[in-house]
Amino acid sequence: MPTKKTDRKQLNLSLYKTVHLIRAAEEAIQKHYYEDEMKTPMHMSMGQEAISAGICHALGPSGQVFGYYRSHALYIAKTQETKRFFGEMYGKVTGTARGKGGSMHLASPKHGLLLVSAVVASTIAPAVGAAFANKQKKNKRIVAAFFGDGAIEEGVFFESLNVACLMKLSIIFVCEDNGLAMDATARERQGFSSIPKVVSGYDCHILESTSTDAEEIYHGAVKAIDLIKKTKKPVFMHLKYYRELQHVGVNSEFDPNAPLPKGGFEKVGYRSQKEHDAWMKKDPVKVLRAKLIGMKVPLSAIEKIEKANQEEVEQSIKLAKKAPFPKPQELFDNVYAN
Amino acid sequence: MPTNTRTITYRDALHEAIDQEMEKNPSVFVYGIETKMFGSLKGLEEKFGKDRMFITPLSEEAATGLGLGAAMNGLRPIHVHIRTDFFLLAMNQLMNMMANVHYGSAGALKVPMVIRLIIGRGWGQGFQHSKSLHSMFAHIPGLKVIMPTTPYDAKGLMTAAIRDNNPVISIEHRWLYWQEGLVPRHMYEIPLGKGNILRKGSDVTIVATSWMNVEAAHAARILEKRGISVEIVDPRTIFPLDEKIIVDSVNKTGHCVVADIDWLFCGFSAEVAARVSEQCFKKLKKPVVRIGFAPTPIPTTRPLEDRFYPNAATIVRAVEKMFGLSPTNLSKEEFYSHTTIFKGPF
Repeated sequence: MPTKKTDRKQLNLSLYKTVHLIRAAEEAIQKHYYEDEMKTPMHMSMGQEAISAGICHALGPSGQVFGYYRSHALYIAKTQETKRFFGEMYGKVTGTARGKGGSMHLASPKHGLLLVSAVVASTIAPAVGAAFANKQKKNKRIVAAFFGDGAIEEGVFFESLNVACLMKLSIIFVCEDNGLAMDATARERQGFSSIPKVVSGYDCHILESTSTDAEEIYHGAVKAIDLIKKTKKPVFMHLKYYRELQHVGVNSEFDPNAPLPKGGFEKVGYRSQKEHDAWMKKDPVKVLRAKLIGMKVPLSAIEKIEKANQEEVEQSIKLAKKAPFPKPQELFDNVYAN
Repeated sequence: MPTNTRTITYRDALHEAIDQEMEKNPSVFVYGIETKMFGSLKGLEEKFGKDRMFITPLSEEAATGLGLGAAMNGLRPIHVHIRTDFFLLAMNQLMNMMANVHYGSAGALKVPMVIRLIIGRGWGQGFQHSKSLHSMFAHIPGLKVIMPTTPYDAKGLMTAAIRDNNPVISIEHRWLYWQEGLVPRHMYEIPLGKGNILRKGSDVTIVATSWMNVEAAHAARILEKRGISVEIVDPRTIFPLDEKIIVDSVNKTGHCVVADIDWLFCGFSAEVAARVSEQCFKKLKKPVVRIGFAPTPIPTTRPLEDRFYPNAATIVRAVEKMFGLSPTNLSKEEFYSHTTIFKGPF
């Protein structure tokens, strides 16, 4: 029987394995993107890892999740794999959608990652629908709908929240709040100062956090699941994080040497260096690594995880590069179901 | 050539039309979730202030309804979307509300509003970032739809659209933004509902929309070497449609290919084919041929994208077949592709 302390160590090691795998995969994207073989626009997750890892660990394999275009972290946290991930990035038949979806539509239904959309807020309602089906089937599954702070500006968010509260569905609404929609700050877009306050009129529980520690997010999600089971009411989690890179593209906006994205977005002074530096100290991967060291986990154990992740990512890229593209005739496959 | 004419890009031609109209008419304003629009609105916020150019929350339906209300109350909104696909969140305000306001008020209310939508093959953009949908918009009575191809048309049609007292949807292909052409400095209108002969010919009429005109021009150069003289008709506006310019051309050539930048089923190409069949039945020597997107969602991976989109080669093959010609060797031909204009990554 392991002691509580070793349990906690195990939990943090397991979370670290996830956040590090996400980071390793995205650093590999940064490294290889300019080879121009991954022909799909990248909305990078850097900064977001603790949320995806914490919630997906708490949900476990039976949990179902819905995401949006910034979903690299969500995909890897839910599936724990990078081979099909990179297959999709390279547009190959080994990808999650055999290359048809690309980076904005990473999904893996068999792992419970059902749907990812490139249009803001558009998977929230289907997530509510999935929760409705789970209720009908009495299968006790929990659904988590992930979306950004921009989604709160969409009518469908409120319509979906209302339906879920009314029907008492087992769903966690996960608002990943980075305060930005492309380069527009919340102040430019929102006629309210607090998202939780806006949601507070609905018959659901609200949990809030500004932590970048995956363990804290994990405990928040465990609490959310517990609340859902006990009260039958949905939970709204408001989680702040920092988007470390551009809206789209693989560069930091604070690296003067980074090339500008070519797609029409301009570098603008909408973010402050001071805020950037403060958040970077709280980077989710750094935070967890430092904590493991503080918990006296031997460095060799941490490095072992890191090495295994790096090898997994390198192997995944190698396989993706080698894999074939779909044959042109595949264009016509799966338009209609049999 | 008028002395005040010079060569500028399609993007700058759109910019100039909007800039000049905003200068002339203080009721014109521009808004959208993203107001860079691939450089076509540069500097307008600084010039006209935040009241006349602003970003909105991520609230497409509310923003579209806001435009409708503002237009009914005397302003002339220009609402912009960097992808047509994003505008789909506002279909209730467009199709149930805006399209019917003038009719439903027995003419008492007017909706002088422009909605600019960017379309086009992106760079691995996939099924939620690269639809066209002009056929769907043009299907709804009460809406007008323009699709400028040249920089000259972009300025003239945009000016006319802003001055029009109806909702006008402007569909702009992103690859056209970098195309250059002669554009007068002064303000001018191209009337909505007036097509254009982009190339004169005598053997076959190609009715092409937006970017497909560029492909058609390329195909025409190849076919010329085979002795086929191609006439290219650019309708420029989808609705109202200049039926006469198409009918006159097909009555002359006896052959018609419609090259649309959209799906074929229930699409603009079907509309043109039906009208040509009705009006040119006796002169048609062969059935109308339609070219467009493959009947599938839009894939992301490059080899499937290449299969999905028609190009000059598709047109050449269709015309060869129509005239019973053996296939031209196209192996040395360089076709327009992503890499011509945009080398990744994004």
